[in-house]
Amino acid sequence: MAALRAEGVYKVFGRRPAEAVRRLQAGESRDEVKNHGTAAVIDASFEVEAGETFVVMGLSGSGKSTLIRMLNGLQPPTAGRVVLGDADLSTVSAKEMRQIRQKRVSMVFQHFALLPHRTIIDNAAYPLALQDVDRTERRRRAGQALEMVGLGGWEDHLPSELSGGMRQRVGLARALAADTEVLLMDEAFSALDPLIRREMQEQLLELQETLGKTIVFITHDLNEAMHLGDRIAMMRDGRIVQIGTAEQILSDPANDYVAQFVADVDKTRVLTAGSVMVRPAAVVTSGAGPRVALHEMREAQASAAYLVDRDRTLRGVLRDEDVVAAQRAGTESLVELTRDEVTAVDVDAPLSDIFAPSAESPLPVPVVDARGRLVGVIPRVTLLEAMAPNDTGAAVALPGAASPEVVAAPSPGSTDGAAS
Amino acid sequence: MNDLMFRIPLGEWAADLIAWLTSTLGAVFDVIGDVLRAAYDGLTYVLAEPPFWVVGLVLAALALLARRSWQLPVGSVLGFAIIYGVDQWDNAMATLALVLVASAIAIAIAIPIGILAARNATVSAITRPILDFMQTMPAFVYLLPAVILFRVGVVPGMVATVIFALAPGVRLTELGIRQVDSEVVEAGHAFGATPRRILRQIQLPLALPTIMAGVNQVIMLSLSMVVISGLVGAAGLGQDVVRSLQSVNIGLGVEAGLAVVILAMYLDRVTSAFGSRSAVERARATTKA
Repeated sequence: MAALRAEGVYKVFGRRPAEAVRRLQAGESRDEVKNHGTAAVIDASFEVEAGETFVVMGLSGSGKSTLIRMLNGLQPPTAGRVVLGDADLSTVSAKEMRQIRQKRVSMVFQHFALLPHRTIIDNAAYPLALQDVDRTERRRRAGQALEMVGLGGWEDHLPSELSGGMRQRVGLARALAADTEVLLMDEAFSALDPLIRREMQEQLLELQETLGKTIVFITHDLNEAMHLGDRIAMMRDGRIVQIGTAEQILSDPANDYVAQFVADVDKTRVLTAGSVMVRPAAVVTSGAGPRVALHEMREAQASAAYLVDRDRTLRGVLRDEDVVAAQRAGTESLVELTRDEVTAVDVDAPLSDIFAPSAESPLPVPVVDARGRLVGVIPRVTLLEAMAPNDTGAAVALPGAASPEVVAAPSPGSTDGAAS
Repeated sequence: MNDLMFRIPLGEWAADLIAWLTSTLGAVFDVIGDVLRAAYDGLTYVLAEPPFWVVGLVLAALALLARRSWQLPVGSVLGFAIIYGVDQWDNAMATLALVLVASAIAIAIAIPIGILAARNATVSAITRPILDFMQTMPAFVYLLPAVILFRVGVVPGMVATVIFALAPGVRLTELGIRQVDSEVVEAGHAFGATPRRILRQIQLPLALPTIMAGVNQVIMLSLSMVVISGLVGAAGLGQDVVRSLQSVNIGLGVEAGLAVVILAMYLDRVTSAFGSRSAVERARATTKA
């Protein structure tokens, strides 16, 4: 079951919200219903799985802040339902709503929203105080949360004595101290300096690895969205125009707006080796001899081949001249002939990590999975193509689009080259 | 009715209303009047009965408590000595009692209304014109009905003072609460706080400096009404000012007027000193201690 679900959610501010929703449902546009009210969110539907980081990305005025406020009932939807776990927020009483906010969903705010007249520890303990946890216990748990975000030792200071980044850590610690399953983050890092923002993003990813919260993260920064989000919902003018992983959105934008939006993104940080790799042309298993290897290379019209074990664990690269020499010398073992000429990269590595290995050698960079097995290669041409500016990315993921000298034909038994 | 195209008999309605109030709710107004008079008499007794230097020193000590510096207490002692020296001490204490009782009532009414107005747009929209009315309607106009309802003496003066001084208390309370960072209030909601708890733990502490500025304004406006209270028979400095006007007694007027100024300065400095420290500053003082 999804941790959080929105079903056809609308939010219209203004004089006749119900009428505006009726017209929107009948197909009228946001501008056409302007006289009845301002449609902030139009027909938003999505599910957030437990433990997932779901990013809602949009420019200011796209309705993302209103959307996140409907997820904990700060804004009641004009139409549609928000279901948190097993609770339909539109049917709960005010008291139940407070219970839900205390126990199940907490929030981190853009401008931190700390209580300026309370110390850091009291701020972090605020949700626990609302839950009527006794003083020693809530100080202990708030202290733990502060330790988690690296603010141990600041307990007795006031928010005004901390820098912006530290204040937001308190905001995060406060939400963590509440120990809710769902965490809503409303432009949580937008007010911070770029360097601090990056640091906070890393910290959130780190925390998320151990805590596994369900996070809904709002941002207007596409790089942030791509960096943090397991999935991203792109919003424009109140509507969700696309939901997908960062790679899906980059490589297959739903419309021109999204395409234009992602055109500026630093693809090297978002696209992974796995999304651009192609099938290796020549692969030789370690049991074979020089003759087989040469045959393989000739077939592939390649000057090198990758040597793998039976379970496809990468052993190294074979160059044709070495194999020819070995054949003349009568050597049978190929393993001794391998070169460490090219460093293998992980399938999840961002493209930015592939430049160095790619520059070291003219050979395609081998891509391996977590267990070291060869799953594909990235020829230099493919890498350059992925970077091409006016390319929305659609061509990037197509295997075989590149035709470097080494890659000619798929070798038998190779795994799927490209993920799309 | 000379040559008007139409005449609204507003004056008659007002007179009828007062007549109706007197005849049907006379007993209620009697009780209210008695309570107000008792409060005033009690406070006057406490202030005027002990020797002047005892009261003077206590008031100076209060000043020391409000602002931990030597200037304010010393200045207060000096001022009170002048009031005593021009033979206005008893009058000044009567006036102080009237101002304190009227201000306390005005504040007790103003702050809850201000809180309601801050939380509810309708209440805010309704109170605004009423406050404008109360503040700008010449005080003499409602002094007369007050005299009819409560009879001559200190009570109509006090009622007129409360009406006149109420507005800034309401306005500044509303403003103070509305000025509290909405995101902080939202955070209270987001973590499941009740509205009452948000009011008590977030809105009121953070709005306190503005609310206290309102309290200060209420007190100062109350003091500015002493002369008008004197007109309808309230004892105190106002009565001497009125008497000096009627008998063209320049000396008496100056003496009583100066006593009003000294009292005003004392009350202003002390109340603004009490109110100037925000919740954040107070928290800072305790964390450093």
